[in-house]
Amino acid sequence: MAEFSLPNNSKIVEGEYYKDKTGSKNIKKVNVYRWNPDDGKNPRIDTFEVDMDNCGPKVLDILFKIKNEIDSSLTFRRSCAHGVCGSCAMNVDGINTLSCIKSHSDIKGELNIYPLPHLKVVKDLIGDLSNLYKQYESIQPWLKTSKTNTEKQEILQSQKDRSKLDGYYECILCACCSTSCPSYWWNGDKYLGPAVLLQAYRWISDSRDDEKKERLKKVADELKLYRCHTIMNCTNSCPKGLNPAKAIGSIKKMLATS
Amino acid sequence: MEYNKNPLTPHLQIYKWQISSLLSITHRITGVINAIAISLICIWFLLTVNSEKILFENILNSFFGKFLAISLCWTFSFHILNEIRHLAWDAGYGFDPKISKITGYTTLISSFLLTIIIYFFGASL
Repeated sequence: MAEFSLPNNSKIVEGEYYKDKTGSKNIKKVNVYRWNPDDGKNPRIDTFEVDMDNCGPKVLDILFKIKNEIDSSLTFRRSCAHGVCGSCAMNVDGINTLSCIKSHSDIKGELNIYPLPHLKVVKDLIGDLSNLYKQYESIQPWLKTSKTNTEKQEILQSQKDRSKLDGYYECILCACCSTSCPSYWWNGDKYLGPAVLLQAYRWISDSRDDEKKERLKKVADELKLYRCHTIMNCTNSCPKGLNPAKAIGSIKKMLATS
Repeated sequence: MEYNKNPLTPHLQIYKWQISSLLSITHRITGVINAIAISLICIWFLLTVNSEKILFENILNSFFGKFLAISLCWTFSFHILNEIRHLAWDAGYGFDPKISKITGYTTLISSFLLTIIIYFFGASL
């Protein structure tokens, strides 16, 4: 049975309040989830008053501003800051997204920033994604071919076959979709989740791959695949505008018609 | 590194409800209610098949009876209409976020319309 409430050590307590020191009139209150592995306390919500007159347009800019000017201990992952790497995935204003491409001007009132849902916290906004990576490995995301050419030729693909990968190859594995999915929250140990299933579909529909049948057989499992109940949180949260729900639907359809 | 003692990040508590997720959980709940209600109605009907018709009318005309009847009309209407959406998804259609939003709202509104139709049709019998 799924556990809907948070365990005792995860209950969120009130944190510190950092008053604005710049005297700016354009202030935004930013509530950030904090947890420090070293102090043995429960997670807390710190509130920062941030001067918006001197801040970049994205949510990640706010986090940088807090880290640089208010509290340097704030911890979060980031790398490219252009929505390409997928490191800065977090829950902004209730929906998972990449903080580097999310504009804070879209959000009225206070800004709430949490780590990706239903993960073990490593520190502050960093969640532990090792389960997802393990599942990603389990679908064997590499090209498998039975062609044993002695001369190493490239395997060609028609434009039409190539276009079948559109909308799937763009996935950057930021985990926004998987961690937005209630099914994945309750059955994350067995259900593969939207991100991994989208990747599975990407390899199933690759014309150069010779193990389509084996791949399909592998995911055709009550728990691995059919825990998807088309809740659509995944598609609604994908910062790259992809459609994991459709990918999963396509796998189900392939299995039903094959 | 052992992560077992690390806290779990908040999930249901913070995730914003959307029309898609709301309808999905409602679909489940109405499904359970329908299954229980239909079984109970069958049992009730079997147990009272020999009693007088006036008993049914008394119950159905009471405020509670009407409330129950209308509620069940809605759970039934909603579940059957949303099931059509699920059938379309199974056939591979309607995954686009915009379209699923439209079909979602349509389902919700028409479930109320269907409730009215079923209730008054039933009442006129």
